[in-house]
Amino acid sequence: MQSQMKESDPILEVENLFASTNNLPILKGVSLTVYPGEIHAIMGRNGCGKSTLSKIIAGHPSYNITNGDIKFSGENINSLEPEERSQSGIFLGFQYPIEIPGVSNLEFLRVSTNARRKFLNKEELDTFDFEELVKEKLELVKMDQTFLSRSVNQGFSGGEKKRNEILQMALLEPKIAILDETDSGLDIDALRIVASGIKKISNKQTGIILITHYQRLLDEIEPNYVHVMADGQIIKTGGSDLALELEKKGYEWTDNFVKET
Amino acid sequence: MGISFVRVYKSNCNKLFLDNMVNENLVKDVVKEPYKYGFVTDIETEKIAKGLNEDVIRLISKKKEEPNYLLDFRLKAFKKWQKMDEPDWAGLGYKQIDYQDIIYYSAPKQKEKISSLDEVDPKLLETFDKLGIPLTEQKKLTNVAVDAVFDSVSIATTFREELAEHGVIFCSISEAVKNHSDLIEKYLGTVVPASDNYFAALNSAVFSDGSFVYIPKGVTCPMDLSSYFRINSGDSGQFERTLIIAEESSSVSYLEGCTAPMFDTNTLHAAVVELIALDDASIKYSTVQNWYAGDEEGVGGIFNFVTKRGKCLGKRSKISWSQVETGSAITWKYPSCLLLGEESVGEFYSVALTNNLQKADTGTKMIHIGPKTKSTIVSKGISAGNSINSYRGLVKMGTKAKGSRNYSQCDSMLIGDQASANTFPYIKSQQPNSEIEHEASTCRISEDQLFYLQSRGIEFEEAISMMVSGFCRDVFNQLPMEFAAEADKLLALKLEGSVG
Repeated sequence: MQSQMKESDPILEVENLFASTNNLPILKGVSLTVYPGEIHAIMGRNGCGKSTLSKIIAGHPSYNITNGDIKFSGENINSLEPEERSQSGIFLGFQYPIEIPGVSNLEFLRVSTNARRKFLNKEELDTFDFEELVKEKLELVKMDQTFLSRSVNQGFSGGEKKRNEILQMALLEPKIAILDETDSGLDIDALRIVASGIKKISNKQTGIILITHYQRLLDEIEPNYVHVMADGQIIKTGGSDLALELEKKGYEWTDNFVKET
Repeated sequence: MGISFVRVYKSNCNKLFLDNMVNENLVKDVVKEPYKYGFVTDIETEKIAKGLNEDVIRLISKKKEEPNYLLDFRLKAFKKWQKMDEPDWAGLGYKQIDYQDIIYYSAPKQKEKISSLDEVDPKLLETFDKLGIPLTEQKKLTNVAVDAVFDSVSIATTFREELAEHGVIFCSISEAVKNHSDLIEKYLGTVVPASDNYFAALNSAVFSDGSFVYIPKGVTCPMDLSSYFRINSGDSGQFERTLIIAEESSSVSYLEGCTAPMFDTNTLHAAVVELIALDDASIKYSTVQNWYAGDEEGVGGIFNFVTKRGKCLGKRSKISWSQVETGSAITWKYPSCLLLGEESVGEFYSVALTNNLQKADTGTKMIHIGPKTKSTIVSKGISAGNSINSYRGLVKMGTKAKGSRNYSQCDSMLIGDQASANTFPYIKSQQPNSEIEHEASTCRISEDQLFYLQSRGIEFEEAISMMVSGFCRDVFNQLPMEFAAEADKLLALKLEGSVG
């Protein structure tokens, strides 16, 4: 389906990617292309390599690429540092956002936003200007300002942590956002807030990859493509109806695809 | 008799981490420490011959034109020192110090009497300018009075006239001996007796200069007072002595900074600091210690063996120590509080950062003697490289310390896989009606935390320094404003490997 003609160049191209950690192969030939404005969903059992794929795209140092390429805006980024990837517009929404004691959320968000702005040759924001900007973005995820004075993610509830991730996405305005199980651990209200935040942030220039187990996020944000991963490979790609079918039949249904490939 | 117990808790964390790091050397690079204060000022100095004996002590005393009681004080201390053994209980494992191979008096040559800063050797002014301590009062950039100590002598004290208007005395201890002899005679050695410990005895025998502060009754010192200690000679020790007296209902904030050139020999710095707070008086004593730490192989650096103690003599008196210890090959000191007055308060806030082969054994002693006394200890140790960073502290509740309370929090942070952190809290209570709380934690900067910050565009080095200053936040909040910024910058510098 991805072979169809597109008007613009792809944002992200993952080409036959093999990767391992501690000499244990995790990805075994993943290919994926994301064009501006597209929403991709990646589904699959625990341990199939979904999260690993997202971390490798973001540049996690624990994984080694053994073969294949990751291209961002046409450039190979295999050897870029995570901060360089972020500055150039790759965003990873963490499944388990990390707590950083003692570092104020406001300062963290400001330093992060300015790193991206610097890359874009935009003026860096001082504390006052940044507060203005962040207040506006807080609305999107329905967070109040007390979040800003707390330490990064420390003592945040699961839902607060995920909303903080979306807040970061809103501030960084990435070209591609990979959201790793952003829906997990959210109640229905929080899920709606997060989903509507994502929808408001994304536009025709943004690509989005949603990594999820459940249909419920995809009810809120309809993907253009659904990929099913198993054992380090994408074994099937389809439209949004594939997710519905998967929901109905369970992952057992996909076991047959592995045999096919 | 109430309960009495001693608890020693030790956590030795020498765990491997970051082993998955693609480039583990990066961490090593990052914690490489530049030292930008390592220059030597080329100035003619007056030094006496190496070695220590009674004649040397008489010579020092004579040079300083001291009264007899002070010479006696020195000689008695020397006799005691000769009978004492150098302590080794901290297990710091440093090379034996040859006390006969040290110069005990070294002073830059300048005019006999200096009436104004204009007469100070420009090279000395330049030295302090380079250290970021402008002594020329025209540059009233900060509202801080400075006493600048160069090797064995005090060079200049700024803002003296303004302070005198408030009755505040701020001068070198040598001048105080001449002009305020009664106060010196009354208080010197009353908090840290000459026989207190080996290094205090040595200091009492040979102390050369240091700062003296006297805040009269009811006066809030109109500006922060600060002493800047500079070691310039490689073969002379620095033995300064500081005495601060806060009379009833007075208050003062005192800052202390230290640097030294890079020599491949170890220089001994054995200071004594005594604080006295009377009824309702408060003394805040802050230190940023950045003596030369030696090179990556552990060659050279200052041995910083210091005795600092404050006496809360009066009711509701308060002494607060805050320190940021980043330098020295070995730091060995425990700024302490003797809480005698009813409802008196002692505080100790400390950040100690060690790197390469540095060793720090630092903490505090809170001795609760009076009833309803209160103490707070917050210690943050950061160990990087192959360094060893230990917190050692004593909280003691005496028999009369009814209704007294202590809270201690000792946190350690490990950077890299070769550093170690220890915590040795000693708790002794003879008063059942008192409370002692102790919390301790050890953390390390995890790969996940680093990746999280990096994945938000924050550079590796900045990520580490953000987390380190976040870790130290509780202590930085206690520092005076200018100092907090300096401390934050200093830690970042130490960790960033950027050349200043």
